[in-house]
Amino acid sequence: MEFFISLWEALPSELQYLIWTLIKIIVIVAPMMLAVAYFTYAERKIIGYMQVRIGPNRVGPKGWLQPIADAVKLMFKEIVIPTNANKVLFLIAPVITLAPALAAWAVFPFDEKLVLADINAGLLYILALTSVGVYGVIIAGWASNSKYAFLGAMRSAAQIVAYEIAMGFALVGVLVAAGSLNLGDIIKAQQGGLFSWFWLPLLPLFGVYVISGVAETNRAPFDVAEGESEIVAGFHVEYSGMLFAVFFLAEYANMILISALTAVMFLGGWLSPFQGWPVLGPLFDWVPGFVWLVIKTAFFMFLFLWLRATFPRYRYDQIMRLGWKVFIPITIVWIAVVGLAVVYQLPWWFD
Amino acid sequence: MKVLSNYFKSLFLLELFRGLSVTGRYLFKKKFTVMYPEEKAPVSPRFRGLHALRRYPNGEERCIACKLCEATCPALAITIEAEPREDGSRRTTRYDIDLFKCIYCGYCEEACPVDAIVETRVYEYHFEQRGDNVMTKQDLLAVGDKHEKQIAADIEAQAKYR
Repeated sequence: MEFFISLWEALPSELQYLIWTLIKIIVIVAPMMLAVAYFTYAERKIIGYMQVRIGPNRVGPKGWLQPIADAVKLMFKEIVIPTNANKVLFLIAPVITLAPALAAWAVFPFDEKLVLADINAGLLYILALTSVGVYGVIIAGWASNSKYAFLGAMRSAAQIVAYEIAMGFALVGVLVAAGSLNLGDIIKAQQGGLFSWFWLPLLPLFGVYVISGVAETNRAPFDVAEGESEIVAGFHVEYSGMLFAVFFLAEYANMILISALTAVMFLGGWLSPFQGWPVLGPLFDWVPGFVWLVIKTAFFMFLFLWLRATFPRYRYDQIMRLGWKVFIPITIVWIAVVGLAVVYQLPWWFD
Repeated sequence: MKVLSNYFKSLFLLELFRGLSVTGRYLFKKKFTVMYPEEKAPVSPRFRGLHALRRYPNGEERCIACKLCEATCPALAITIEAEPREDGSRRTTRYDIDLFKCIYCGYCEEACPVDAIVETRVYEYHFEQRGDNVMTKQDLLAVGDKHEKQIAADIEAQAKYR
């Protein structure tokens, strides 16, 4: 033990810092991957239940090993690269989709003190990274040299650009209300229990953010980029084996990220819903903030699956209409309202 | 006015929430999945599965080689050859059913005057080699011997409707 400590101290401080950061990254990414794996299981189970089936239940007790079996299957499959595909781009595209979905967690506050990089422009960083994910989809569609993949990529490009604006504006509302770009400060601005969270004063933005989040992650009912019934599988038709699995991981990691961000922006992140209430407040004080965050995130993750089990796919022009003609006007109007409320210090939230 | 109410309906996603409530209710509904290999769905006595040739209780085969089944078979799946046996009775020397051709319509069973060819409740069978799909007379008689009790009961249950 002492040998290791002396070895550690012998390392140059830059190297120490590097190793320490790497350990932190692993501590965040490894549970993320596990969560993604079991999110796919939850999806199959919940959608199954909603369709009065029972979903996977054969691999392991109650099917708990199903995601492991899926992962092993995908790992042993061949990676086929189409003859005329652009090899470099073809291989790099899945990485570009997955990396931002994981990198965004760097500024994410898991608890009051629990954040990898507590930077001031956290929200800006997240906005930037989530939009990089689109490039993966577009590059994948272009590099596959397949018309279906290309169609899927074009659709997803148009769709994500449209919804990115609405999403960004919704977050502008949040940062006007919170007066900070730091995610931790945004949460701290929502102190004071269930009705002090931003979901109430920013209700329209909350709705817009959740729905554009679904569109942003290309999930049903906005999954025209995949559109399995019309363009086979959209941008990832040509992908197989582990490369396909990376796209899959990215999609689910993005869903978890959007759910967690919604919890942070509108539902007060790690804050207890009964904070400062007469009886319930002290009663729930012992619950660690991380648990509240997980519960809130899980709710939105469930919502993603619920939406998928319920709605048919949007028609393409309807998606565009919703994005440009409904969401963007709503967000702009509400930003003005929030701005006025902040300037005149409307009681309860902004005083 | 109508336009206005439609506008509000779509803006506040009223119908979408109703859809969500439907799936939300179904989430908790009782599931009626049958755990297939362990549990099996009930089978009707009229079920038309694997074919069988039957025997009389004394062990004599029922089939008298009248070839009505062969004639009525819409898929031409049945092939029969017949000649008199030593004791002078008319019997088949060959009775083949090609299960790849068979469409399981049950006409052979209906055509048979002596209830010799029947379709049983058996639906779990497979072939491991090319050619196994042609059931010979021996195979069919073996199936019949194996399931005679069930076949007799099913025919009994259906007798009043025929």
